[in-house]
Amino acid sequence: MIGNFPFIAVIILIGLGVYSLLFKKNLIKIAIGLTLIESGVNLFLIALGFRKGAVAPIYTQAPEGVKMVLPTPQALCLTSIVIGVATTALILSIVMVIYQKYGTINTDEIRRLRG
Amino acid sequence: MNSILLHAPALIIALPLLAAFITPILGRFNRKTISWLATCVLGLTLLLTIFVARQVLTHGPIVYVFGATETGLTLPFGYTMPIRIIFQIDAMGIFMGLITSLVAFLAAIYSISYMEQHTGLDKYYTLLLLLATSMFGMELTGDIFNFFVFFEIASISSVALIAFRSTISGEPAEAGLKYMVVSSISALMVLFAIGLFYGQYDALNMATIASVMQFTQLDKIALILLVTVLAMKAGSVPMHMWTPDAYSEAPAAITMILVAASQASLYALFRIVFSIYNVTLNTVTVGWILIILGVLSMFIGVTMAIIQKDIKRLMAYHSISQTGYMLLGVGVGLAVLTNPVALESFGIKAMEGGIFHIINNALYKGLLFLTAGAIFLRTDTRDLNKMGGLAHNMTYTTIFYIIGAAAIAGIPPFNGFASKLIIYESVYRFNPLLAIIAMLVSVLTLASFVKVFHSAFLGPRLEQYKSVQEVPKSMIIAMAVLSCLIVFFGLFPNLIVKYIVHPAVMALINQAHYTATILGGI
Repeated sequence: MIGNFPFIAVIILIGLGVYSLLFKKNLIKIAIGLTLIESGVNLFLIALGFRKGAVAPIYTQAPEGVKMVLPTPQALCLTSIVIGVATTALILSIVMVIYQKYGTINTDEIRRLRG
Repeated sequence: MNSILLHAPALIIALPLLAAFITPILGRFNRKTISWLATCVLGLTLLLTIFVARQVLTHGPIVYVFGATETGLTLPFGYTMPIRIIFQIDAMGIFMGLITSLVAFLAAIYSISYMEQHTGLDKYYTLLLLLATSMFGMELTGDIFNFFVFFEIASISSVALIAFRSTISGEPAEAGLKYMVVSSISALMVLFAIGLFYGQYDALNMATIASVMQFTQLDKIALILLVTVLAMKAGSVPMHMWTPDAYSEAPAAITMILVAASQASLYALFRIVFSIYNVTLNTVTVGWILIILGVLSMFIGVTMAIIQKDIKRLMAYHSISQTGYMLLGVGVGLAVLTNPVALESFGIKAMEGGIFHIINNALYKGLLFLTAGAIFLRTDTRDLNKMGGLAHNMTYTTIFYIIGAAAIAGIPPFNGFASKLIIYESVYRFNPLLAIIAMLVSVLTLASFVKVFHSAFLGPRLEQYKSVQEVPKSMIIAMAVLSCLIVFFGLFPNLIVKYIVHPAVMALINQAHYTATILGGI
């Protein structure tokens, strides 16, 4: 049971992210929601590679006969974090442009495109 | 020379990527040359793609292993599972690659004149080349995590391009934000599904996952996530809310590439359903899901299009409706996948129609968006009520528009007719009602394009457009090439179906062949 805690945290993080995407009107909060989902997915990847009592996967440094954690999910996660930084930066810069042009970041008032 | 051409699959990605980061440096010295550099590089990429396509279609699928001693060595040191990043190019992948390279090349030609007056051109071309690179990556890769990376690059660069004009008004930024939120969620859900695959099968290579696919409960969750988000990125109803905004606010040349980019997502959807899951899933249910998504997209797309007053928004709703045809054709093929008799008699035909429609749609939709861009360049408006009498001054644009509109409405002898006829014929044998809906949608499409033709081109010369001129040469060339291809595809559909489309369909259906290219044992 205790081993499943990371996965429960993943569900909570993604759930919170989806909640703020669906119900928040503030664009910054929507950006935060996306970051929460991203953290959830990253935590999921890391939790997949976890093994109890294992060491970091560095062959030259590892002591004899000790298990290592799986390195691939960590590599995947690192890539995903880097991409996430770019995404977040782009969203926030677009929010800045929207604030300049519309004078608000409330989604109810930013509705020039419709129909 | 031969040793370079051996690396053609990698060069298709590497050339535009390299050029993307050369353009800002070059732009500091000479503004004029960057558009030509981008065009030349994309032209070269087109040639490389045609070369690879010839090889794939004559000798079978190509495998390119990055970092291996030999490019075709998928399993070094007697491993049973590939560990390197592999490009796996079969007939379906290179079919999409051809569309991408053609569309990107023509968009670059068109942009030479269209974007001339804009500032920040170096960034524009960097993003355009990055978008092309990422689409190639999505279509050629055989590694699902690699697919995710290219998927994210595609969304980031296309968002920046949609919001490119946001220095003038706020709407492009608004459209860009919508697309960004949609594509971030899609990409994260794709990554989550990749995690589910990796957790179960310890593999990221699509062929390896396909060979050990169990269709457990987790795989079902992954399937739901992937189908939903990829259909959303392809702009299918009911997840289409970003499409009209993004397509209408982006510069015309970019809209043309965005159409191809959403088709790349559609391709990924087909690849995952056919190559990874194939017969392990309940093909009838998933096939019907695709069919229902397709019919809804066709119908809602076209009915929303009829009432639009903005020319590019109208065309954007039509591209939702055209995506429906592809989903319908391929969905029928998937629904009868486990029934060899039905698959042979009409399933393959339906899929040929759906896949053929992808390239046809890229051509005529691209042409229509380019004519809309030409009108916008000269009249500075997208509102149909303010236009009129443009046929007097813009003869070529009018002719190109007629060709594009006739093709999308499915009038012979243009290419839209060829693929739609295949879809009608085969879908009628599956379920007559679906074929009737498809024909009705086609009629409504014609109605709305007649409306555009009437309000934009016909009528007396308007006072404010007296001095309107024909668009510059580079834009005419891009539109003329597309028109010629449309007429050619319409006149010789059998040739195209036989040599390009049929191998692509067989590559999708035949999962065993897909896995065997990587894991051996043909």
